[in-house]
Amino acid sequence: MNETEPSDIESVAQTTRPTGHPGKIALMRRALLLGAGASAAGIVLAKNWPTLSTESGYQPLLDVGDRLGQVVQRSLMRRGTLAPEYRRDQLSANHPTNGGIGASYVDANPAYERLAARQFRDWQLEVGGLVANPSKFSLNELRAMPSRSQITMHCCDEGWSAIGEWTGVPLGWLLGHVGILARAKYIVFHALDTIGGVNVFDSIDLFDAFHPQTLLAHGFNGETLPVRHGAPLRLRVELQIGYKNLKHLWRIEAVDSLANVGGGRGGLFQQYGYQWYAGQ
Amino acid sequence: MPMSTTTISRVYRHTLPVRLFHWINAACFVMLLMSGLQIFNVHPRLYWGATGYVGMPAVFEIAGDAASGGHDSWIQIGSLRIPTTGVLGAPTDVPSFGRINYAFPGWMTLPSGTMSLGRGRGWHFLVFWIFVANFAAYAAYGLFTGRFRRLLLPSRSELRPRAVLRDLADHLRFRVPAAHALGTYNLLQKLSYLLVVAVLLPTQILSGMVMSNSALALFPWLLDIFGGRQSARTIHFVAAALLLLFLLVHVFQAFVAGIVNEMRSMITGYFHLPEKPNHE
Repeated sequence: MNETEPSDIESVAQTTRPTGHPGKIALMRRALLLGAGASAAGIVLAKNWPTLSTESGYQPLLDVGDRLGQVVQRSLMRRGTLAPEYRRDQLSANHPTNGGIGASYVDANPAYERLAARQFRDWQLEVGGLVANPSKFSLNELRAMPSRSQITMHCCDEGWSAIGEWTGVPLGWLLGHVGILARAKYIVFHALDTIGGVNVFDSIDLFDAFHPQTLLAHGFNGETLPVRHGAPLRLRVELQIGYKNLKHLWRIEAVDSLANVGGGRGGLFQQYGYQWYAGQ
Repeated sequence: MPMSTTTISRVYRHTLPVRLFHWINAACFVMLLMSGLQIFNVHPRLYWGATGYVGMPAVFEIAGDAASGGHDSWIQIGSLRIPTTGVLGAPTDVPSFGRINYAFPGWMTLPSGTMSLGRGRGWHFLVFWIFVANFAAYAAYGLFTGRFRRLLLPSRSELRPRAVLRDLADHLRFRVPAAHALGTYNLLQKLSYLLVVAVLLPTQILSGMVMSNSALALFPWLLDIFGGRQSARTIHFVAAALLLLFLLVHVFQAFVAGIVNEMRSMITGYFHLPEKPNHE
């Protein structure tokens, strides 16, 4: 069993060897070319290493993966492609939160505390940018608008997930209400919470903005949206991961380009290496 | 006295596409594993079912007593506690998290810094697309050329109990079967390659898709297969561990069979057969 006849070897070698088996000179030429190519690549890499090795240096490379995910997933999606919804008996008993007012890395915010102390009666949502009728809406006006309730899973990028019921105005309806202009391509969200003195902001494209499950939520589990979940108003964008669901909104803005939003990165977290398209 | 010469015969064992698939896959696997550990480190707890967060019972956890000033760390699986002090869960000061037990050491992760979640995810997604394109090309090649049927499917005779026992005995004695030299695989090799190619790698792709909000909206039946998002995350981790185990055994076996010859055949395609004296 362990002995192999030379004839077997020959036959295997003959049947599987490619017809154009390279000679010694061809092999040496190939090795030389490979060596030259590798050296050239090595020199280019070494020269640019101080830049490439920094996190912002290789960020454009990582962005390729984010764009690829966006292109592939979006090409398969229809407007009616919905995130799974759950039953009321599946609601999480103690839905955790991350970020927003009260989080360890978010600044203390006396102005916000004053708004909260008066149940956000002094708060208004500004809707502006590329819309026909820039407007301001109070919380009561938003509550009087058409609303949708959905029981969905909040998926934190850290890995945990919980199920909650969100009630709010479909963003697509509101954008229609203020007359979003045809040349608008993205919606930018500005939040009241600040990190290192900078207000949190992020953006989504119009596919997500007009998706039926994308809400400006003012209710959680049948009650008024609590501070820890983003009072008075938060974004629910169910096709993307947790951190895209901005809390404590005060202004939304329709724009035709993200070139001037967060240095072209579209948001604050994206400047720390987080994905802009967080659907994958 | 008769003349004695030595000839070296060689077999063309791995075609160029197979060698490319192999090395691209190897590089992708290492990067996916390392970036996966970076992501895992932010929430080193695994759950079963739809939801999971701190406060819910974990089925697996890398934890310790760093928060209360201790030096011990452990893996908790149900009621089983395995000490890992000095190996996993090192007490580490992390900005905005405080002093925590950091599950996998920085040198195992991509990028190597602590809590580099955004860029860990960035690497994971970028490499995923390279991996999945390579895997799809490999699968098409294997099906189209008949390679899978020819090399990976065990024959009826191989599955006879006697043959299975002999193959097991060969492995336990680290004896390399003669079939190996001819570029065919023995039974355990076939089964382990099949497990990787047909079970573990597809499991990783599908369980990863459960954790992608948009992919899950597109393919909600994935939830039924994996029994919830947190179950899928747990399976993703376990399958990654099995793939790492395969990698370690695979490299060990290459050493047992002769690392120089094995590496040569995986790089140049040519496997040198054992020398045979020719008597004339």
